Parts: sequence; structure tokens; C-alpha cells
Amino acid sequence: MSTNTEILAVPETDLREIASDVVSRAMKAGATAAEVVVREGSEFSTLVRLGQVETLKESGSRALGLRVFIGQRAASTYSSDFSQEGIERLVKGALELARVTSEDPFAGLPDPSQIGSLSGDLKLYYEDVYSLPPEERIDYARRAETAALGVDSRIKNSDGGAFDASAGRRVLANSLGFVGDYQRSYCSIAAVPIAQDANGAMQRDYWYSSARTLARLDSPEAVGKKAAERTLRRLGARKIASTRVPLVFDSETARSLLESIFEAVNGDAIYRQSSFLAGKLGEKIAAENITVVDDSTIPGGFGTSPFDGEGIPSRRTVVIEKGVLKSYLLNTYTAKKLGLQTTGNAARALAGNPGIGYGNLFLEKGARTAHQIIADIKQGLYVVDLLGFGVNLVTGDYSRGATGIWIENGELTYPVEEITVAGNLKEMLNNIVEIGSDLEFRGAVAAPTLRIDGMTIAGA
Amino acid sequence: MTEHQSLFFHKFGITSSDLQRYLGEALSAGGDYADLYFEYLTTTAISVDESIVKSASQGISAGCGVRVLAGDRTGYAYTDDLAPEKILRAARTAALIARGPAQQPVQGFKENKAHQLYQISSPSVDADIAAKLQLLMRADKAGRAYDPRIVQVRSSYADELRQILVVGSDGTFATDVQPLARMSVFCIAKSGENSARGTSGGGGRLSIDYFLTEKTPEAFANEAARQAIIQLDAREAPAGEMEVVLGPGWPGILLHEAIGHGLEADFNRKGTSAFAGLIGKRVASEKCTVVDNGTLPSRRGSINVDDEGSPTQETVLIEKGILKGYLSDKLSSKLMGMPDTGNGRRESYEHIPMPRMTNTYMLAGQDSPEDILRSVKRGVYAVNFGGGQVDITNGKFVFSASEAYLIENGQVTAPLKNCTLIGNGPDALTKVSMVGNDLQLDEGVGTCGKDGQSVPVGVGIPTLKLDTMTVGGTAR
Repeated sequence: MSTNTEILAVPETDLREIASDVVSRAMKAGATAAEVVVREGSEFSTLVRLGQVETLKESGSRALGLRVFIGQRAASTYSSDFSQEGIERLVKGALELARVTSEDPFAGLPDPSQIGSLSGDLKLYYEDVYSLPPEERIDYARRAETAALGVDSRIKNSDGGAFDASAGRRVLANSLGFVGDYQRSYCSIAAVPIAQDANGAMQRDYWYSSARTLARLDSPEAVGKKAAERTLRRLGARKIASTRVPLVFDSETARSLLESIFEAVNGDAIYRQSSFLAGKLGEKIAAENITVVDDSTIPGGFGTSPFDGEGIPSRRTVVIEKGVLKSYLLNTYTAKKLGLQTTGNAARALAGNPGIGYGNLFLEKGARTAHQIIADIKQGLYVVDLLGFGVNLVTGDYSRGATGIWIENGELTYPVEEITVAGNLKEMLNNIVEIGSDLEFRGAVAAPTLRIDGMTIAGA
Repeated sequence: MTEHQSLFFHKFGITSSDLQRYLGEALSAGGDYADLYFEYLTTTAISVDESIVKSASQGISAGCGVRVLAGDRTGYAYTDDLAPEKILRAARTAALIARGPAQQPVQGFKENKAHQLYQISSPSVDADIAAKLQLLMRADKAGRAYDPRIVQVRSSYADELRQILVVGSDGTFATDVQPLARMSVFCIAKSGENSARGTSGGGGRLSIDYFLTEKTPEAFANEAARQAIIQLDAREAPAGEMEVVLGPGWPGILLHEAIGHGLEADFNRKGTSAFAGLIGKRVASEKCTVVDNGTLPSRRGSINVDDEGSPTQETVLIEKGILKGYLSDKLSSKLMGMPDTGNGRRESYEHIPMPRMTNTYMLAGQDSPEDILRSVKRGVYAVNFGGGQVDITNGKFVFSASEAYLIENGQVTAPLKNCTLIGNGPDALTKVSMVGNDLQLDEGVGTCGKDGQSVPVGVGIPTLKLDTMTVGGTAR
């Protein structure tokens, strides 16, 4: 497999020039304001299954998105066609579309005084993610799978070991004079072993390590071993009777709870009154031990960038401080709607208006280890996997499929499956009685182990 | 469609000899099979929120994916530039999966007679944008007029036209022009401290006329508003095992999660599905016959040919409770020695095809829906659902009801909230004791995700009774 990445051969300045050029063409064609995003990326993925290469994929692509305003009317177009003709069509299409949309008094680019970009090296791009020759990429994937298969004879099958990498550049330009760009790289190793018990029942689980540079990846062996341990502990899982006991969410499942909190403080959901946290700014909404922060300035972070999707410099925002809701996460539009200031959380896709995204979102860690938290519990469930989408952010109602390990007298005992865990997020946030010390950034969202009381397990 | 009508020939100037050359390059390092997937996609998306047009966008993407199969290995590369040197480069990259002497593609292409499932004169992407906006403004108005407790209405419309060309080294040649349109309405109701949501939507491989005549914006808006108002008074669902009745139509997501994914051939070829090795075995009660059918006219999950150029078909998955077959693509069919069922699908030219569902549904039975409800002493009647998910290896699946009621002594009583259902795929359908005579397919909003790839699908069931299923509420 070839290692050169032709798609990144377009010099940085060219993409900036293209973006600025499209902005000025839109202005000349009659827009009163315009914004262009150019996205360029390449990826490769390697999947090895049962020791053999199963899939090799390698490619690159780029695309361009334009948002125009005619007064208070907005519209957007996107295309992967960078030819003169393609760009002309993009500009013409956006302006035609804007003429038929509605006047929205809150529509517009950010306030010029707010735009800007963080300076300095944010450590987001490392060329080494592409430096491995093809044989070594395959070898990384194979080593992860081999390590998983070697842990125990009950690991009988596998959905493979994987090594993936990607790199991309993003340029944003607008008619306020902003032009910014940054590059980011990413690589990951994963393993998905399948274990089988004496009765033939199968379980799967996974583990992965991801980083912006090869140098910070865990070893394939460590990834494979952990994947196998996570899979083996699910073997022999049984259903239990419905009950109400303390739940301990491991750091992976706690992360998904934090994602639900993000959805609930998302400015779009707030101004639409479609979140149970709408109108609660300044109020106590969670237990006093809860502090949630969104910080898109952490060097090397998975959610770090120098500016957001509208050209607002990245920043650190305290969302919940000691249980009190301190800030929603906002872009320019939702901030105007709510009479607040943007928090620099605009997420710009190729098409449509900017949405809201998180930077590095985390729940601050506590003092005790997961082990100590579990040791306090007479009867409870250690939740290691969640299934389905049973979260209603309008009401806070929460009911999801779960897999866990039963806690008896402070010890982890047998695995449990085919149950649901249910409650309401409003109460769940107030019933987080313990927070673990195990905060680790394995992605843009990170949470430590959490103990939540008062939830219901539905089972047999 | 003949090659002369396909835009890849007249717009991009691609010729049959170009295609032969690209396939030859893809097989230059050996391999058993190579194919090219050309895609040209145009999209429109608009939304109305707070009674004004908040977002309007249009876009075009085009590209070509090259795949090389060598044994059970796949090499894949794509380009968003259809210039010959870029496609040849992608072909050389995909070829790196194979190690051996160059193979020659079959000379000359053969086009199969295809279905004609999209019965429209002009695709909705070409319709006037103002007409589409009008649909949304009508929905907005109807939703707000439904009840003073409706405080938010958000409506959205999306359509696309996907033009594809698939050619394979075995002479496969297929083109398709696939229209797709969808409209959705989302309402929030408030009363005192209580809030609730309701959603409705529909569409298919249809023209915009469908929303003007058959299923109007008012119909979707009223349905979304009705659900939101009902949910205002919903009480906590019970927790534990009980009788469950599923209403007809969209609750067919049960089949999609409980058995559909588990019957995709790739998982069974690799032995990673809870259904592996169960062909010929009982996996459902004898009242259950389940099919996947990609040939229903105008349906969201229907396509004339799949994304490997094979014609779609009706495939019996379960016949009177016995597992009959898997859903297959070219690779799994070859490796398993089973027929290709025309279920090889992909999200776009950037993605490798794999076995996917089309429209998956259970055939109607004998029971009247009234008799089914009357037979339940205490249980749950679930009529609308949000999403679902399955772990295909252990078979456990969940799906969450967005509209459900308690059944007490054969009567449908209080609306319930927080009602997630969980079960085990290989035995969930063995609990089906009554099957209604009222088969319905869903309205056309389903999107299925697998390995990060989304494709449009359909589901359907008649009213069904399961003697026991776990209801994941909080009430005792």
C-alpha cells in the first residue's frame, strides 16, 4: 500500500486562497455576508481478522461549503467540485436559495470584535501517523488481535484487530476578514475479540487506544489484552430480577451520561425549550460534587481547535460548577436568541447552519478509586455497557439496555445482561453520590467512574 | 437505462473502454473480482422552526469507489475526482490487497433487466424550492393550531437524487437513478411543569406530489402534535417481564433489531452472530413468517439494484418460525456458497458495501387487533418507537417506545413514558402468540446504521402479541 498522501499535496495557502476567493465571489454576486469552509482529509484503515488481512482502505477527499446572507436571509450550498464552473454554481445556488428563505432577525455572522484564533502550537498535527510502511500498519492490527486471542482459550473468534489513521485540514474564511486554518491528525488501534462459553453462548467487547501521534498510542498488546479481559468478564451473563440498587457506571458508560448532559445544555435545545435544563441557568441542577467543564484549548486534545466553526477563538467554559448550572454551550445564533454571548462552540458542517459541538468536555474527578467506590456497596450493579437510545431530553426520562457485573458485599461477582437501567436525568444528576479519581481523555469526552443511586433495574 | 442515458457517460465523458481499463488496473496484482461504483448525489435540506425558514441547503457530491476482492480480503480506495488518472490511482491502491499475476476483466458488459420501482415523472430535487418551503409552513401552522399546549413545532424536509453506475470485472453493468424524499415534524407540548415531545414523518422514493395529495403536511403535523399532547399525561412505565402488544407498522423495528441484523450474511460467515448455524432451526413461533423485500414500489428501503449492481429481490428469512436464509452480498454469497440476495449496500462511494436490510416485515396473520388487545390481562401496548440497537453476538436488543399504553384487563388505559423494551433475538419471536391481520409498513423515515454506514430502510409488522418481554420502566 502506498504511503504518500497526494490529497495533502495542495499547499495550505492555496486552500486559504480558494476559501477567500469564494467569499469575495459571493459578495460580488450580491451577498451581504458570506462564510466558506474547506475541508480536506485523507484516511487509511487496516483490519486484520484471525491473523489475515481482511480490509485495506486508503483514500482522500475534499469539499467546500458556502453560507451566504442577503440581509437577514441565509442559505448554504456545498460541493466537492473545485473547478471554476463548480464554484460558480455553488455561489449562484446559495444566493438563489437565500432569496426564497425567511428573514430571521437573529441570523448573521459573529460580531467582528469576537472573531479570532488561538496562537501557538496546539499540538494537533503529527506527520508520523502516516509514517508506518504498510506491513507495519498490518502488523499493528495483527498484534492487537493476536494479543486478544492469546489471553484465554475461551476467546475463540474475533471481529478483528484494526489500525486506522487520518489527517485533515480545515479552512474557514468569512466576509469579516477572518481566514484561519488548522491541521489535525489521528490514529488508533482497536481489538474486538469474541468469547464463547461451554454452552456456546457468545460475548463480544472491544478496547482501543487513540492519539494524535503514534508516539502516544498504547501498545497493540495492551489494547488486545484489555479487550479480551473486557470480553471474558461478560461470559455466563444472566438476567436478574427487577430491583432498585446503587449503580456504578464505569468511565466508558459515564462518558455517555456526560454526552446526554451536553445535549441538554446545547443552545439549540435550550432556545427551543426542548431540554429539561432550559431556563435553569444559575440554578442547582446536580449534586454539589459535580463540576463539568468544556475546554477546547487543551494542547493535543481530541476536542481542541484554535477557533470554532464561526471563527471565534477557542476557550474554556465551566458548564456546571459544584452542582450549579453556570453556562449553556452556545454559538452566535443561539447566544443572540438567548440574549447571551457565544461560548465558541459553533460546529460547522459543510451544509446548513452551524450547530453546537463540544471541545474537550469532562466531569472533574473525585478522590476515590473505582475499586474503593465499589467496595462500599453491599448490593449493586457495575454498569459496563449501554444499549439503545432511550434518553428523552425534553423530560429527562432515561431508560437504556445495560450489561453489568453484579456487586455483592463490595466485590464484583457475576455478569448481568438483558436488563434496563432507568430513571430521570434530573434526579440522576442529583443522585451522583460518588465520583472516581480515574479521569482519562480517551476521546473528546471524558468522565470518571460515577455511582448513582435511586435508579431502577428492570429484568425478569 | 442504457449507458448512453447515464450521466457518467454524457456528463463526465466516461466510456466503456475507460471502465475496462480501470478494472484491468484494479486486477493488475491479481484478485478474484473488482468493481467500480460511481455516484453523483444531489441533495436539498430545509427546516422551519419558530415559523421561519431557519436553514436551507443544497449540495452535490460525486466520486468513484474501487474495490478489489481476493479470497475473503477487500482492498478499497476512492476518489472524489472523476479524472482518469485519479480513478486509475484509486484502482492501483485497491489492488494492493492482492498478490499475484494480473487478471483480466471479462470483455464487454452485460446489463440485467432491472426493476422499475420509482414511479415518478420528475424527481423531487428538481421541484421548486418554494413548493418545498410551502409544505413546511403548512406543517408548522397545523401543528400550532392543533392545541394551545403545543409550544414548539419544527418541521424539516430533505430530498436527494442518487445516480449510480456499477461495473464489475465479471461483466456486471448496472445504472440506477434513485430518488428519495422525506418530511418530518417535531412538536413540543407544555402544560404547567410538564413537557412532552411528539414526532412524525414519512416519505419514500417519491415525488413531491406525494406530500400534496397522499400524505399531507397537516397529517404529519397532527400526528406529531397528538403524540406530544398524549405524552403530557404519561405515567412511569412498569419494570419487569410482562405481555407486550406491538401496534402495526413502525414497531416492526422489533424485526430489524431482533433478527434482521443477526441474519446479515457477513456476521454469519464469520460466526459472530447469535444466529450463526441456526438455518433450518426454529427461531420464532409458527405464526411468524418474515421477509426482506427490496422490490416494493416507491418504498424508502427499495432499490432497483443494490450497490453492487445486483437486482433486489424478496428473501424469506423466517418461514412459519423456521430460519430459512440470510441476507447476502457478493462476497458473502461467494464465500458461503449461497445465493446473492441483492442486499449489498453502502452509504456512498467512500464506503465498502456489505449485507444490509431493505424493507423487513412480517406477513399478516389471522387475529383481529381487537382480539389481541382483549386477550391481555396486564401488559404494555406500544405503538410508536424511537430508535433501537442490537448486540449481534449475544443477541440482546433494545428499542424504545415513544408512545405506549398500559393494558389492563383487555382495555388500553394510561399512556406510559420511559418505555424501553429489551429482549434476546434468537428467542424473542418464539414468544409471539398472536399475529394480527393488519400488516402495515412504516411511513418511510427509517435509517439503519452499521459499522458507521447509514442506509435508508423500511420495516413493518401486523399487530403482534409477545407473551413475555422485559419492559424497562421504573414503576413497580
